[in-house]
Amino acid sequence: MTKPAEPLTTAVRLARALVLLTVLLLLVAALALYAGGSRIDFASLRSDPLARTLFFRLRLPRVIMAALIGSSLAVAGAALQALFRNPLAEPATLGVSGGGAVGAGIAIALGWGASVSGVPLVFLCGFAGAMIAVLLVHRIARSGALLLPGALLLAGVVVNLIASAAVLAIQYVTDSSRALQILRWIIGSLETIGFDTVWRMLLILAPCWIALLALSRDLHLLAMGEETAGALGVNVERAETIVHLLCSVLVGVTVAVGGAIGFVGLIVPHAVRLMFGEDLRIVLPGSLVFGAAFLIAADLVARTALSPVELPVGAVTALIGGPFFLWLLHRRQRYSAL
Amino acid sequence: MTPFLEARAAEFSYRAGPPVIRGVSLGVARGKLSAVIGPNGCGKSTLVRLFAGLLAPARGEILFDGVPLRSISRRELARRIAYVPQAHALAFPFTVLEVVLTGRSPYTPRFRFEDERDRGRALDALATVGAAHLAPRRVTELSGGERQMVSVARALAQDPQCLLLDEPSAALDLKHRAALVRTLAALRDSQGLTAVVVTHDLHLIDPLFDHVFALRAGALLAQGSPAEVLTDSVLAEVYEDPHVRTRRIDGRTLIWSN
Repeated sequence: MTKPAEPLTTAVRLARALVLLTVLLLLVAALALYAGGSRIDFASLRSDPLARTLFFRLRLPRVIMAALIGSSLAVAGAALQALFRNPLAEPATLGVSGGGAVGAGIAIALGWGASVSGVPLVFLCGFAGAMIAVLLVHRIARSGALLLPGALLLAGVVVNLIASAAVLAIQYVTDSSRALQILRWIIGSLETIGFDTVWRMLLILAPCWIALLALSRDLHLLAMGEETAGALGVNVERAETIVHLLCSVLVGVTVAVGGAIGFVGLIVPHAVRLMFGEDLRIVLPGSLVFGAAFLIAADLVARTALSPVELPVGAVTALIGGPFFLWLLHRRQRYSAL
Repeated sequence: MTPFLEARAAEFSYRAGPPVIRGVSLGVARGKLSAVIGPNGCGKSTLVRLFAGLLAPARGEILFDGVPLRSISRRELARRIAYVPQAHALAFPFTVLEVVLTGRSPYTPRFRFEDERDRGRALDALATVGAAHLAPRRVTELSGGERQMVSVARALAQDPQCLLLDEPSAALDLKHRAALVRTLAALRDSQGLTAVVVTHDLHLIDPLFDHVFALRAGALLAQGSPAEVLTDSVLAEVYEDPHVRTRRIDGRTLIWSN
């Protein structure tokens, strides 16, 4: 009998991936904390109150914010690719980000501050918009047990177009100061002061991460086909509903806070695949860690590339992600579903 | 004797569509190789999906070994019944071994990975269908026929008591079609495997199959041994084609349409 070419078991490959990516994350985070408009000398943090304020009120929260949003978008991208069995799926290409943007835009137009039992209204509206978009796109692309890959992406593009038109309309009818708020938010920034928003996000995002990771075996089987997964004991309908919900929360909340940051959910899972293989039980946790490192790095570039001018981080990810998307499209022989 | 798989007055229609299965009652005997034949759209694939528990009948009942299918958990069912869907391409370049290993997931706890035994079982299943050499290849690089063999190997890795195959021979060449049927017959004889095969390939059936179910328009039209069903008159009725001709030669049935 032929011995398999890859002698490593899945558990060893997962452990190796997590160790390598965590080391990478720590290195990138340290660099991002150090570099910026003004360099922070870690030794002066004890003595210099100004440096301390800069570090703890601005730099550290921002890096953590980038990590939270990067992780969420990347793990949602990996899950959506498996769910839709489409390597080009990600929150932006499926229109999920667009839907979230409309929801969050409405909330901003109505007033930032409101919250429903402690959860900011803008989070809730972002989630609702994202959920409607993902269900709409799924419904349109579905034909019996088949998901039509072309229809899926086209539906996503059109949902995005409708969403940006809706956001423009909201901007037009709202008063000028809120219109400006919406504009700044669409451009997207990870800027944050203190840890309030960070904690609030973490409380909502972390349970979603854990729940998605707990579903990684179901997603691994779903990536092989819906009927196959069903025949292997997966409760397909339930798993799909839960993944829809979790991804909508992740994308809705991140869009509500950070604006439109595209392609993180595309680049990160594929990079993890190229490094550690296709097994979703490795790709999902790997994307969670690498997504954080990726967006911290992208934000570092956004802050420093044209310093003192700051680029929107969404522009940086789109400039890297757009060409990457085209490259994936070009390699369609390997991804035969396209 | 209770049939191993049984449909009792089963009815099914896809959402807001006309009924696809209309009051079908039939029993699949344990340890037998059965074929389901019939014209396009007659409900063959839907019938095996009902047996696989992927669809639930709108009326009537599906039973496995005398127990209603809906009372068996999906995971439990996946250890007993394996289903091979019609050939389709995979979206991601999984390795063949990764694909076949998923057949072990009904036996693996949610937060555990497959162990060495599972790996051995997966490689055995690949060897059984004559595809051991494919283990390290990527499924996206395989031909349609090779992918089909990998799907069958995955189903065998489930160690099922019953195997349901939906047009498994569609993408296979002459040699591999014969090999697949021989493999199924050998597993029946050695392990008592029950298999139900949906097929348009009527030449596949004789002489190794035990039983044939013929469907037309969602209803069971005829059943019996291959010699009883594969006749001019029955096939003419099943396919609504008066030009069907059959001839038995050396224990096989030749079938053509004039």
